[in-house]
Parts: sequence; C-alpha cells; structure tokens
Amino acid sequence: MSAAIQKDPVLVVLQLTGGNDYLNTVIPYNNPLYRDNRKAVGIGDNQILQLDKDFGFPTYLAPMKKFWDEGSLAIMHGVGYLDSPRSHFRSMDIWHTCEADKVGTEGWLGRVVREFDPKKENVVTCVSFGPSLFRALSVPGVPVACVAGPLETYGFLPGIQEKAQRQAILDRFSRMYTPEPGSGVMEYLGTTGQDSLLGADILKAAPIKYKSDVKYPDTIIGRKLKGIAQVHCADLGTRVFYCDYGSFDTHAGQAGLHSGLWANVNSGLEAFMADLRAQNKSDNVIVLMFSEFGRRVRDNGSGTDHGAAGATFVLGDKVKGGHYGDMPSLDAGKLVQGDLNPNMDFREIYSTILDKWLHLNPAPILNGTYQQPAFLN
Amino acid sequence: MAHQDDINLMAHLMRRAGFGAGRDEIETRVAKGYDATVEELLNPNTMPAVDPYVLLRHQPAALLPGGQPPMGNVNYMYYLVNTKRPLQEKMALFWHHVFATGNSKVDNYDQLLEQIDMFRNEGMGNYRDLLLKTAKNPTMLFWLDNNQNHGTAVNENWGRELLELFSLGAGNYTEVDVRECSRAFTGWTFETKIPRLPYGRFPWKFEYRPEDHDDGIKTFLGHTGNFNGEDIIDIIVTQPACAKFICRHLYNFFVADEAQVPAWPIDPPRDPDAVAAMAAVFRATKGDITSVLRTMFMSDFFKNARYKHLKSPAEVVVGTLRLMGGFEIPKPGYGELSMQPSYMGQDLLNPPSVEGWHTGAEWINSGALMSRINFVAEQVGNTDMPGVKSIVSRLKAQGSLAPEQMVNSCLDLLGPVEVGPDTMKELTDQVKEWGQVRWDTPANEQAAIKHTGELLQLIVATREYQFA
Repeated sequence: MSAAIQKDPVLVVLQLTGGNDYLNTVIPYNNPLYRDNRKAVGIGDNQILQLDKDFGFPTYLAPMKKFWDEGSLAIMHGVGYLDSPRSHFRSMDIWHTCEADKVGTEGWLGRVVREFDPKKENVVTCVSFGPSLFRALSVPGVPVACVAGPLETYGFLPGIQEKAQRQAILDRFSRMYTPEPGSGVMEYLGTTGQDSLLGADILKAAPIKYKSDVKYPDTIIGRKLKGIAQVHCADLGTRVFYCDYGSFDTHAGQAGLHSGLWANVNSGLEAFMADLRAQNKSDNVIVLMFSEFGRRVRDNGSGTDHGAAGATFVLGDKVKGGHYGDMPSLDAGKLVQGDLNPNMDFREIYSTILDKWLHLNPAPILNGTYQQPAFLN
Repeated sequence: MAHQDDINLMAHLMRRAGFGAGRDEIETRVAKGYDATVEELLNPNTMPAVDPYVLLRHQPAALLPGGQPPMGNVNYMYYLVNTKRPLQEKMALFWHHVFATGNSKVDNYDQLLEQIDMFRNEGMGNYRDLLLKTAKNPTMLFWLDNNQNHGTAVNENWGRELLELFSLGAGNYTEVDVRECSRAFTGWTFETKIPRLPYGRFPWKFEYRPEDHDDGIKTFLGHTGNFNGEDIIDIIVTQPACAKFICRHLYNFFVADEAQVPAWPIDPPRDPDAVAAMAAVFRATKGDITSVLRTMFMSDFFKNARYKHLKSPAEVVVGTLRLMGGFEIPKPGYGELSMQPSYMGQDLLNPPSVEGWHTGAEWINSGALMSRINFVAEQVGNTDMPGVKSIVSRLKAQGSLAPEQMVNSCLDLLGPVEVGPDTMKELTDQVKEWGQVRWDTPANEQAAIKHTGELLQLIVATREYQFA
C-alpha cells in the first residue's frame, strides 16, 4: 500500500556556479538578433533541438529535451532582479539570502530547514554535497550535514578502531563541543561538532541500504547526484538537498566549455531521475537549477561576459512542463548595459516552491511577497 | 627559563607571521627577542631560500608539474613545509588569497607556481609594483581573459576584478570606470602558446600588442587621458580606498577574522583604528608592504589578538607537518598529504573563484571540521613522529606527572594551546582514567608514550585548537 503513504516533499537544488549563458541554453533560434549578437559563439541550426517554434536546446541538452517532451521540465525566462550587480559573489549572495540591498546573514534554505525542524530533531534535514557550506543553507544554529567526500567514510576519528574506546573518546568529544550560547564562533563550532557527530552516524546507513541498477556517470556532478539519491532513498527525513557544479563563467572558449559542462549535468540528471523513478522515489522530488546571472547578449569574440537575466529550471514528476514568463527583448534599445533586462524576480520561483511544494509561508523566508508562476501540478 | 608570557607571544607571532614553530625554535627566538624576530621575518633574504633541487632529486616531475593534481600541490607543499622565510611564504599565500587564480581554468600548475614565486619575490615590496607585475602575469591574464580583451571587442573580466577584488573594493568605482579601465588594458596579452602536444608545455610570456590596444581617450575615476594599463594602476594606488582595502585584507589575514569581502562595502572593519593606522603607513610609504607589516606586528592590536583567527586549512596542515617534522623530503604519500587542505575546503592553487576563499567561521562546516580534526589527530597520534618524540622527551624530563600537570604540559608543548575550563575538565578526566604518568619502568614509559599520543589527539580535536 505504498501509494497511501504520505511522502514529504523534497527539494533538490543544483547550483550552476559561474553564470550560465541563458541565450545558448534556451536558444531563440528564430530571432535574427540572436545570430547578429552571437557571431562567435552562436549555436548552429543543425545543433539545436527544437522545443517549439521559438526556442531550442543545444544538442548537448538531449536528456533535458526528453524531460521537456514528457512535460516534466519548466523553464523560467528572464529571471533576475533589479540592478543586477554583475559580480559573481554579490549575485550569488543575493540568490542565497534573498537580500538585494544589503548583505544578508541568513540563507533562504537555512530558514526552510529551521521551519521544518525548529527543535533540531533531525540533523540530516538538509544534506549538502559540496566543498563548503553554501550561504543559502547558512543560518546560525541550523544544522546542515556537509558531505565533501564519499559517504562511506564520513565520520570523526576513524583511526580509532576499537569500538568501546572509540565511543568513549567520541563521548568526550561531544561534551567538549557543548555549545555555550552567545559565545560566537565557539558556539558555532560546538554546534557543528555535535551535529556532525550525529549526522555521521545517521548518514552511514545510506550507502549500505542503497541498491540500484542505474549506473551514474563517473563525473563530479554524477557522484554528487548519486550521493543525493542514496540519502533520499534511505528515508532519513532529508527535505533539502544541495549541490553545485561549474564553473559556467565562459568568458572565453565558450563552445567547448559550455557543452562539456551541460553534457555532464545532463548525464547526471538522466541517471538521477531514472534511479529515483525505478525505486518509486521520484514523485516527491523536484530539482531546482539556477545560476547567479545570465551572460551578455553580444559575445566578445570567444565567450560572453557577465550579464543580467537568466533562465532557471525546475524538473520533476509533479512539475507542469512549459515556458513561464517571456524571454526579455534582445532589441538593443531594450537592453540594460548590453544585457537582457530581467522580467521575473528569482524570488517568484522560490515563492512557488515554498508555498505550493514545501507548504511553507513564503513571506518571512523571502522578506516579501511575490507572484507565483504556476509550474507545479 | 623563558618567561611564559614571552613564550605565548612568540608562539602567537610565529603562528601568524609563519606556520607556527616547535618549542625549541620558540625558545631560541625568545632569547633573540620579539623585535629582532620581527625584523628577521621582515628581511627574508637574510635566511636561505628553499632548495628546489632537493625537491627535484626526489620528485623530478615537480620541474613542470602540468595541470593534474596533486603535482602542483606537492610542489607548493614542499615550499610551505620547508621554508626558512616563513613570513615571505605567508605573504605569498596572502596574495594568492587576494589575487586568487585557479587551476580549474588555468590547467597549468607550472604557471600557477610561477605566479606564486612572483608573489614570494614581490609580495613584501611595493604594492604598485606588485599590482603591475600581476597585471602582466600571463597566468592572471589568461585566468581573467585579458587575452580576449581587444581594442575592437572589450572583455571586462580583468578590468572589473582589478577594481572590485584586487585594489579598491565594490562601491568605489562606477560601471563606466570598469569599462574604461578594461579599455586601457586592451592589447595586454601573452605570446601565442605553442600547442602543448607533442612538445610538452612551454612557459607563458607577457606580450603587449599595440595594434590591439584602444588608443582612445578614457575617463577613469575622474581622470581623463589616453590611458594605458600602467596609468590606470597609477591612478588606482593613489585612491584612499585602495590603502584601506589592502590593509583590511592584511588585518583579516594576520590579525583577526573580518566579515567576508562582499560585505566590506557595507560592514565597517571590526577595528577601524587598526586598519586606519595601517592605511596611513601604506599611504605615507606609497604602498610599501614591509612597512605596513612592521607597523602591524609591532602594534598592541596584533599582540592582543591571540586566538582571534580561525586557522585556514593551509595553516592547519602546514603547521602540523612543520611541528611533526619528517616531511622535509617529498616521499611516497606526499601527494595525498599535499591535497589535505583541499579536503578541508582550501584547494591550494585552485581557489573556488577569483574572490578567493571565504575565511574565518566559513572554513567550518561538518565535513570540513571532520577532515581537519581527523588529519591532525592521525599525525599527532603517531608517536614515531619526530615532533611527538620531542614532546615526549620534554615531558619525560618533567618526571612523574599528575593528570593536571600532564594536561598542562601537553597543552603547553603543543602550542601553547589555551583551553576553557570545560575542555580542561574533559581532558583532565581522560588522563585521570589512566592515572599518574610515570616513566620509571619500561612498561610505565611505554604506557606514558601511548597516553601522550592519545591525549595529543584529544587536544587537537578541541574547538580551541582550531584557532591561531
């Protein structure tokens, strides 16, 4: 009777770090201005998979084209925010904290985790696969399990083999990491130490329990997505997964870079969705893919510089596939400093996800009220 | 006997201006004096340079390590572990943080190491000269695409980061300044690279192509003229924002952890007077870095900043390897050792972006905390290491030790490390389970050595040990 079991909705975020080139990902292939502006890095007609009469994907997005055809991929157009600063770091901060005018201290997903688990009963409510803690996940006192390497060897002092002694030392470790409220970094260290200790115990179970016939590509993003599938399938109560991939900062030599990056994302996603579907674990998962900004309309002869509006994608069985919003005009007169002028605030997408998927009140998380593109069934 | 205060202060100086020091070195330096030690650190040429031929004899591939990790890391780690010019090496690392250039794109450790070597040679001299050398550094030009910055097609990557991250900080220039600055650097590129195959790699060299330079009039930060890149740098270094920005970086790296760089246009420095004092010296000396460093190391704000800095992964790993000893020669396993900072969130020669690494508390998350504790514990738990043997022999000289004495001595010899009362209680309770530490019989000595290793492991796992 598995169908009767209420599954909690899960959000997977895949951050495309570096500023993905919107125009070469969702190509307005019939627009002559695209050809005019993309003399060096334009995608040829024979390398485009048409989505409809207006837009196409480059052929290296073939798996995403399949998701589009089956209706499980939503494309959000013209995403950004006012006065885009065109700095990677500032832009990423804005996406992570939802604070466009000041430096935010809390990540939007950290707030989500706090809502789900205010009493910190499950330290693996959020699991991140990346080199360090993403700002989107960072809220003081909110635990996030950060897995930098393989899940199998995740834990403290693995060198101490003897079980009882190891437990005794880890108990002492746990007491030494008692967080004293108000002690700043020391408190943060204490909390992190204790949460990691607990998280390691829980996550160890995931790869042991995991069985799958799906073979993931042996790429950085393939390994991360496999880790996410392992934890998700272990039913540990994880609600938010985060991983990153890049760098999409294609100032030069864009053709080879962009195709390689997206090919890896696509092969990873293809395996990930096939894996979850085979295990009946896909219907409560959506994948949000975003990048901090799009790139300049006119290429620079070899690549593209930092721009403004970009595309954001949401993938999943419960996603209502299609276009949302309009691609901003490529007319020279409508560009802002040579860039596409954003016409959908990124917080609108967050708002739909928070309200319609995670069933949380978006306003306090986003510091405001936003429209909600209806990309969820 | 050196006074404990002097030991503590010298250990602090060596952790910050270098990568820490063992007790023997600290005592020698205390005898010389604090001021004399600062002068020695500020004059690295009085000490011998690292011998690259020892590295090459044991690791011939280190000559031209190519683009695959860990070869470049091995090379860099060898210098970090063996330097007798700790401040020079620390300053090279500092500039690597600021002028962050990464192998993810450069795909060439030969060039990245050459850039680090340039930081070694220029990093304590004049900032304007360093900035100009950096602007002409082919690795940097490639990293920020200035080879694609043409008179007819401007590429803003270098121009923007020069202003935002390398000199002034966000908020001290306009979008027009970025454009004009980028125009001034058109034509700054490097010689055509000979195809890597079948010949191997060839060194990259700066090249100025006047025919690709935009010779038009530019208006930059209120100045107007037919500027070239060097003129832009001359304008940049006279900006008050430049002195403040670089000195805040130095304060963040050497004194106490600041907010992350993107917050600087909004959040004031944690000690504005300290940054102002350093910036005044910067301006008075027209950017002499050694003078700024002298002011900093001699100041009370530096001396009083003990344990206000969370160790970076490089500091954790290099500090541990230098303390342990036995890593002077690249031996099997050195590749894995040299990747340790990467596992803790600091992939040397490959920062995550041109912004460099986020520092302070942002070094810490569950995965990174595990990596750093597990690595250091594995080293200090090995009682065959020269550094551990040295600690053991000093403990033995103290005779039979009660648990409290044992804990105090180990904390002292490992740093000194200062811990809070709760940590002290846990450490002492652990030693109480073992009882009085005795060296009188072979069996007691064996147990004492084993417990020393175990206690050292527990100490390096404490929160306090994560600070420098």
